[in-house]
Order: sequence, then structure tokens, then C-alpha cells
Amino acid sequence: MTGPLGKDLLGLDELTADQIRLILDTAVPFKEISERQIKKVPTLRGMTIVNLFFEASTRTRVSFEFAEKRLSADTVNVASSGSSVSKGETLVDTARNLEAMRIDMVVIRHPASGAARFLAERIDSNVINAGDGTHEHPTQALLDLLTLRDRMGDLTGRRVCIVGDVLHSRVARSNIHGLQKLGAEVAVCGPRSLLPNAVSEMGVQVFDRIEAAIEWAEALNILRLQLERMQAGYIPSLREYNRVFGVTSARLEKASRDLLILHPGPMNRGVEIDSDVADGPHSVILHQVTNGVAVRMAVLYLLAGGRPDLADAAKGGRA
Amino acid sequence: MSRDLLLKGGRIVDPSQGLDAVGDVLLRDGRIEACGGTLGTPDGAEVVDCAGLVVAPGLIDVHVHLREPGREDVETIASGAHSAVAGGITAVCAMPNTRPVTDNQATVGFVKRQGEAAGYARVYPYGAISVGQKGETLAEMGEMVSAGAVAFSDDGYPVQSAQLMRTALEYARTFGVPVAEHCEDMSLAHGGSMNEGAVSARLGLKGIPGEAEEIYVIRDILLAKRTGGHIHLCHLSTKGSVELVRWGKERGIHVTAEVCSHHISLTDERVGNYDTNAKMNPPLRTAEDVEALQQGVADGTIDLLVTDHAPHHYDEKEREFADAPNGIVGLETALGVNCTWLLHRGIITLPQLVDAMSCKQARVFGLPGGTLRAGGIGDVTVFDPNARWTVDPRQFKSKGRNTPYGGVELTGQARVTVVGGRVVYRAV
Repeated sequence: MTGPLGKDLLGLDELTADQIRLILDTAVPFKEISERQIKKVPTLRGMTIVNLFFEASTRTRVSFEFAEKRLSADTVNVASSGSSVSKGETLVDTARNLEAMRIDMVVIRHPASGAARFLAERIDSNVINAGDGTHEHPTQALLDLLTLRDRMGDLTGRRVCIVGDVLHSRVARSNIHGLQKLGAEVAVCGPRSLLPNAVSEMGVQVFDRIEAAIEWAEALNILRLQLERMQAGYIPSLREYNRVFGVTSARLEKASRDLLILHPGPMNRGVEIDSDVADGPHSVILHQVTNGVAVRMAVLYLLAGGRPDLADAAKGGRA
Repeated sequence: MSRDLLLKGGRIVDPSQGLDAVGDVLLRDGRIEACGGTLGTPDGAEVVDCAGLVVAPGLIDVHVHLREPGREDVETIASGAHSAVAGGITAVCAMPNTRPVTDNQATVGFVKRQGEAAGYARVYPYGAISVGQKGETLAEMGEMVSAGAVAFSDDGYPVQSAQLMRTALEYARTFGVPVAEHCEDMSLAHGGSMNEGAVSARLGLKGIPGEAEEIYVIRDILLAKRTGGHIHLCHLSTKGSVELVRWGKERGIHVTAEVCSHHISLTDERVGNYDTNAKMNPPLRTAEDVEALQQGVADGTIDLLVTDHAPHHYDEKEREFADAPNGIVGLETALGVNCTWLLHRGIITLPQLVDAMSCKQARVFGLPGGTLRAGGIGDVTVFDPNARWTVDPRQFKSKGRNTPYGGVELTGQARVTVVGGRVVYRAV
């Protein structure tokens, strides 16, 4: 089945601005379903979806699972531990075996960049990238975009700064593509050892000082600093990271009252973000989580061949 | 006593004797009997009409991986040597990263005998620099030279200890053979799977900066300067490396260098969306590097055009990019790629092409061949530099199918390959 997005959702790099807008527009009516007492519509009834997670994930996996279940799809979760994957089965064999069981869609999270595309090129089912290595995490960026759009409206000319480990972040890559396509101005801020060497070729502004980034930006998307980066020697210590790049309430004193704080989670409180910022008035972090389910419902619906103009009607199951 | 072989009426291009003229070449008893001018047809001789074709001293490739012993499922010495002659290459030097490692006289002798038994291209073994290619203790170079090793390398693994490399250069000098280095600072390249640049940033793949190569290039040139040894730098991939080799040569340091066909023709853009057939080490670099490497071949800074022929089983390449093995096959596409990207674009002349693919290979590694002078070994490559053909990996004589040139149209192809006076390959 091929809908308006094509067969798969692998990254925002390959989507047009119109396709991104379509997903966001489609997500809006789906938000309401999660507010109902009975949070279920029959839109994807009879469809089988496999959530194939080769990497630990709670938030993304649960969000996808809610989206699938609220659309009445049958779902199976396969995690890398306890499956044949840990017995050394290759990704291509895993894929072929799942396909042989006649499934309709695969949601894949994998530690290797390009793994989602690798799978998509080898199976007929729709493939949704739930994060591949340090490449892309398109649904995370889509929910970030939806959250920004909810608060700001049109994103043309709006200033968004991504803070932290851009080098290893799939969230950063997807956000940069998505924001640029929707006309926003994008900056990054972090230690140079955690920015790609070719960062200037990505069309983003670079801030070496978090204070300058806060002054410039209308929204900060603060990335999780993974502990293994410190162990690998990219930064000297978490303490120093917080001192130099941490988003603290003291640093937000000079910020505009409308500054939005996003974080893809899970947060290291006291490292990249202080608790009083995460829980404070600038934060839209939980709003992101709520939007995550709606965005994923929209993606599932569109990939399954759902008509965008019927998304509203689909809520009642008539699509 | 085999039949005489007369290669008639081709354009003889042999830079070893400054020859570029239409004429005949006669082979007798495995050797060149006569070269140039119009020669009579001896009784019973086999005559090959070479009109419109180039007749060159047999092409040589000093950098191939034949996988035997150890990975005969991927390539054997016989299938690799067959692949070579199908690409017009009459002799290869086989790298020692076999299982077991070719780090002793027994394995060197085995590789040599398997090559002789196959009866296609000549196979000259490389010996490892260090025992097990571990970079710790010097392998028994003297014995390996006696058994037929023509050079030493730990290819695939750079010699990390500068002291060991220094000793290797000094010790190998005793036997008059080159030490060939795979230049890569592993601490800098660690975990990388492609060139570090805009493409790796987009794909989210860890990059290997050009400096990882260049740091070892200059280190080894300086060690050659100190020791007077002969350092041969394998598969250079960056503009910086070309500049450093130029620097070394200008100072009379005994440094020679090679470049692979893929590095003078493709850039890191070819990785596209994680195509593992564009994954090799060193990786494909930028257009600026490609241009500098082409110029390096043109001005002689880079001595040799090689393949780094590296077959892999298709299963091994069909996986996540970062986990896929490095390397591509090249023996059957090298001549076509070099003609297409260097000759037909006017970057080098036909004599330069033959020099870099044959004469200089023999000279740099002290191998027989690389010339059509009377008395030399009877290795000849007859090729059509203007033949257009489309690469179809399924037709390869190599067991490997891993090439980035599948479906690409090349101009330039081998027609007849002669080893030891015997036709071992003829294009259909």
C-alpha cells in the first residue's frame, strides 16, 4: 500500500515540506482520540504491526504502541534481548522471517545508522524508523515540530537552537531537516567535540556559549547527554558540562518569557537541564510526549493509505 | 616446447623502451623473442591479429587480496588469478592477511605454488612485516624472501610502533625489498566507516578523517629518510598524502606510492544511502582528493595504479553499513576505470597508463616483466582502450561480486592476456 508519504517513513531528509505539513495537519484531529474516555477507533483494524526494538527504549516504544492500539492494530513487540537476534541472526533474516508471517508494518529501532532503510529495501511491509543509530529519528522530530507549531503557529523565520551532543544525535539530524524545510532558522550549541566537523555545511548557525544561544533562540531543544560520551572522552566530566552548557534557571533569567524548552527525554536532571527548568514555566516537555502519540497515529494512518482529508472522519472509524 | 605466438599489427606501447609504434611482438618458449617492426610468421606459430588494439607489457597489480589460505569460500588463488587475467593483469602481489597469516616461509611457498598450479596470472606473495600481523615482533623476512616473498606489509593493520617500522625498513633493506604500509592512525580512525565530511554527517556515520592516513604517511616517509629503507605507501586516498609524498620525493627519500582505481574515480557521495559496495578502507574521499590523486598519477608523484582487490561473500556485505567489511573487487574493472577516468579525460597519456599499470610496478617491486624487450618474460596484455562495455558483476571470474561499478559503462577492456608466452585469457 502506498499513501501520500510513500511506502516508508525513514527520515525527514527525504520528505518534502508539504509531506511534513501533511503529517502535522493529520495529527491534529488524532489528538482528540487520546482525550476520550474510550481511546480507540477501528481505523487500522486487522492490520499487524511489529515493533522491532534492537535498542532499549521505553518512551518511543510505548508511544508507538499506544498509537497502534488506539487505531485498533494488532501489535507484537520484539526486543533484541530474548529474541533470535541475540543468537546472532542477521537483520536481513529477522526481516524475512517477520515478513513470512505476513505482517503489514514494522516499526524499527536499531543501533546502526541506515538500518531502517536496509530493512525497507528488503521487505514489502511499510517501515517506520523509530531511530537508527546516529542518523534519524523522524517521529521524534515530527512531534517536536507539532509542539512548536501548537505554540508558535507558522514556523517560518522562527529561531530554534538545538543544544548538546549534535554529533551523535539522530534527534538533532531529523530536527534540523524538518525545521529547515518548514522555514525556521536553526542553530546548534554545544562543545565542539560533540558537533560534527562538517557542521557549517549543515546550514546551521553555531553558538559556543549557551548564554548567547538563549538570547538568540525562541525555542531550545535540549538533547540528552549520554553517559557513554563522557566515558569515551568527548567531554571531561558531567559536572563541567552542566557548568558550561547546562540550561539552568539562572541562565534563563535573561530569556524572553515566551522561550520554549523542549527535551526529547529521558532527561539527565542536573546535567543538560536543571529540574526547575524542566518543571518550570518555559517547559513544553510533557506536551511533546502527548503529541508523540498523535503524530505516530498520523504516520501509521498515512502509511496505511489513509486519506488525509478523511483523518477527521477516521476518528469515528468511517475511513 | 609450446607454439610460437605472434601478436600482429598492434600499437605497441612500451615505455620501458620508449616504444609507441605499430608493429609485431613474437613470443617463443615463454619469453619475448622479438618486439617491433614487421616480423615474419614462424612455421606453426599462432597468430593473433592486434590491429586497432594496444599491445603492452603485461599489466601488474601489486596490491590484491586472494583470501587463500583461510577464506577459500570467498576467493581462491586460482579464482583470483583467473579474475586478474580477465582484467588484462598478468601478475599480482598477494597480501598476507590470510588465515593463517602469511608470515613464514611455509605459507609464502604455499601461495607461490598455488599460483603456479592455477596457471593464470603470476602470483607473488607478500610476507607479513610482523608475526601474525600483530605489530609486535618482526617476522622472518630473510626466510620468506628465500621462499619467494617480494615485499612485506601488515596491510589492513598499520604498524603502530614507529620503532618496529623503523626496524622493518632497516631489516628489509638488507634483502632489497620494499616495506608497504597501510597508513592509518587507528586511534583517530577508530569506529569510522566512511570519509569524515558532509556526507558522513548527513548519514550519521562516524567518519575517518584524511589526517588518520596523512599522519602515518609523513611518519613513514621520515622513517625511510632516517633508515634509507624503501617505504611503499599503499592505497593513498587524500590530497594531503599526495603533497607529503611529493615532499619526500623532492628530498630524495626512497618513497613510492600507489592509488586504487576507485580513489581516482569515485567520491564519498557514492556511499549514497549506505551502499556497502562503496565501503572500503581507506574510504572514498572528496572531489578535491580525487583530483589531487589524478594529478599525482599524471605528474608521477603516485607511481602505481592498483586495485586493492578485496572479495567478500555477498552475505557479509548485505548488512548494516558500519558492520559490513571493507573492500571491493577490482581486478576486472581496473583497466576500464583507469582508461575511462584518466586516459579518456586527458589526464594521462596511454604510455603513462601502461607505465603506471605495468613498467613501474615491475621496477618498484623488482619483479620480472614490465617490458617487451627481447629476452624478457612473455607476459603481454592486448587491450582495446576504446571498447565500451557495461560492468556486470555476475560475469566476473572472481568469486566476489562486491563492486561499486555494477551497471556502469566503462571505456577500455582487455582483449588477450598472455602469461609466459601462452594465451590465458581471450575476450569473447
